[in-house]
Amino acid sequence: MTKDTHYTGWGRALRAKGPVARPEKLRHLADLPPTPAFGMRRSYGDAPLNSAGAMVDMSGFDRFLAFDPETGCLTVEAGARIGDVAAAFVPQGWIPAVMPGTGFATVGGCIAQDVHGKNHHHVGSFGAHVTEIVLLQNGAEVTATPGTALFQATVGGLGQTGVILRATLRLKRCDGNLMLVTERRARDWDEHLAFLDTSEASYTVGWIDATATGSTMGRGIVEEAEIGQGVVKERKRTAKVPMDAPHFALSAPVVRAFNQAYYRRVPAQGRTIARPMADFFFPLDKIHDWNRLYGRRGFHQFQCVVPLSSARALRAMMERISTSGLASPLAVLKRMGAGRAGYLSFPMEGYTLAIDFPNRPAARDLIRALEIDTAEAGGRLYFAKDALAEGARIRGMYPELSLWQEEVARADPTGAYQTDLVRRLNLRSA
Amino acid sequence: MQNWIVLGATSGMARPFLRRLAIDGARLMLAGRDMEELETLAKDCKLRGAAEVETIAFDIRDDAAFAPLIDKLSATQGVLNLACFVGTMPEQSAIDADPALIDAVVTDNFTGPAKFLSLLAPVMEARGEGVIVGVGSVAGDRGRVGNYVYGAAKAGFATYLSGLRNRLGRKGVHVMTVKPGPVETRMTAGMKLPFMAKPEQVAEDIMGGIERRANVLYTARIWYFIMMVIRAIPEPIFKKMSI
Repeated sequence: MTKDTHYTGWGRALRAKGPVARPEKLRHLADLPPTPAFGMRRSYGDAPLNSAGAMVDMSGFDRFLAFDPETGCLTVEAGARIGDVAAAFVPQGWIPAVMPGTGFATVGGCIAQDVHGKNHHHVGSFGAHVTEIVLLQNGAEVTATPGTALFQATVGGLGQTGVILRATLRLKRCDGNLMLVTERRARDWDEHLAFLDTSEASYTVGWIDATATGSTMGRGIVEEAEIGQGVVKERKRTAKVPMDAPHFALSAPVVRAFNQAYYRRVPAQGRTIARPMADFFFPLDKIHDWNRLYGRRGFHQFQCVVPLSSARALRAMMERISTSGLASPLAVLKRMGAGRAGYLSFPMEGYTLAIDFPNRPAARDLIRALEIDTAEAGGRLYFAKDALAEGARIRGMYPELSLWQEEVARADPTGAYQTDLVRRLNLRSA
Repeated sequence: MQNWIVLGATSGMARPFLRRLAIDGARLMLAGRDMEELETLAKDCKLRGAAEVETIAFDIRDDAAFAPLIDKLSATQGVLNLACFVGTMPEQSAIDADPALIDAVVTDNFTGPAKFLSLLAPVMEARGEGVIVGVGSVAGDRGRVGNYVYGAAKAGFATYLSGLRNRLGRKGVHVMTVKPGPVETRMTAGMKLPFMAKPEQVAEDIMGGIERRANVLYTARIWYFIMMVIRAIPEPIFKKMSI
């Protein structure tokens, strides 16, 4: 085991200190005592942190192991990044059925948070396309397959059933190498929801201008996309944020000006353009370490989903946000389907809203208020993003929590895989 | 067809380099000691686009086994290239406690690779094309109190590669010396080192260096300037420094 290191999740607001091992060979991993694992630490809060002990960094286990061109089933090690899978297989006519907003997320992380993509309303969550998961449970390899309690406790299970070693994904056929994206301005909240409700595209997502108030409140750009064929300009070299930005980098006037320009970028009558796949699926991956734009104190992402019937409540939440002047340009509104693959999976049929806030007292207060709103709306908060929620409130949002606890107690009776998130929200005790 | 034999293929630094070659559709020969790891790596390279992947049991300390491999390589169809990532770095304190370790350090980082390359040199000369990439280290540029046996071995290897470049360059074979600063791999796990590079960045730099036929490549690039300064420090001052 190595020396103590300081590390954080993607939001950088919560920190942990402790030993982090980065094995590259299976037997080195097997030599360690049972230890919770992280991948690329793309979860925002404390899901990848363990202040009470050690962590295993799984990013060294990133190899592709087997592919069956008949079925599209691909077995990879848990640390393989979803963007790398796409880059290698799209030219062969296959694509991961579900991809989150960053290609840097590992397959293990995608499973442990049961992530969703811009096509959730059609294909469900990540776990719905996983056919096998191999776990390391207290030194022994255990296989979980769909339909079992262990599988449902592992998918979206925050790593509490053991360390995910490898998994088999059922890739989807794709006959193209780029995205045909139709962008439309949604002039206000009602139009925004209407566009999302009536969209029939394979991939649909709304960018929302979280600084717009009054009659333009909720305005944004709805993107609808299909996979297509053709030639587009290669994406430019990636940029890197070299240091923590000063506080004013994302202050209210800057964000308002940026959002205005971003909204006007799309012509009033809309447009259809061809974009490289990576640009559409992973828009921010071009800017390495973009989380440093929020400065040393880091940031929070608030993400909730509320049922369709709570659209009005969500509108009120959006009003609360837009009048606060605290939001950043990164704000996403999306209609979700019902698909979820694990006991603690986030999705529910409804609308999901995700917004970044700099880590300041006013923003933390706002997020807490939004959490109460979410609970009252019958909605749910996302463990991949949460850093501030109150345990009892968030536990109440997951009706299958006790089923998960039962299975986790079987898989990890000593609590060796607990993380800061699990302890903070007291997820494992009844 | 580009063929690459990669010595020390299971090293953390070699992995992203192998993937770059795989994406370009090269034929790969992965040589190393850990056959199980090599097999897994081979599957990965194949799935990422390599035309063919072969694994070869290879130990840099076992020079008796070099000749059959050289014979095999000389029969390769297409362009033959080699990259050597072989190396070990025990703690200087461990070497101080047991100077017998010096033999292994010198074998792994210098004389082993040098013997292999000397056997391969006539093959490459006869072919009149191809690239040899030898991985040294910035540690070879100056003997530092914390790492001077490893540094001495890498310095020896760098000088050897310089001569080999001189010899093979006139026959159309390019020899590139790579001098990485600290890279985030198993070798450096848990160490706090300045200007750590990711192995992906090193791979990217090596590919660029091959393309423009660089002779000596520092990666990350900043190490070129850092080592220029460190080499320029007069010995009377340097001997009092602990850097």
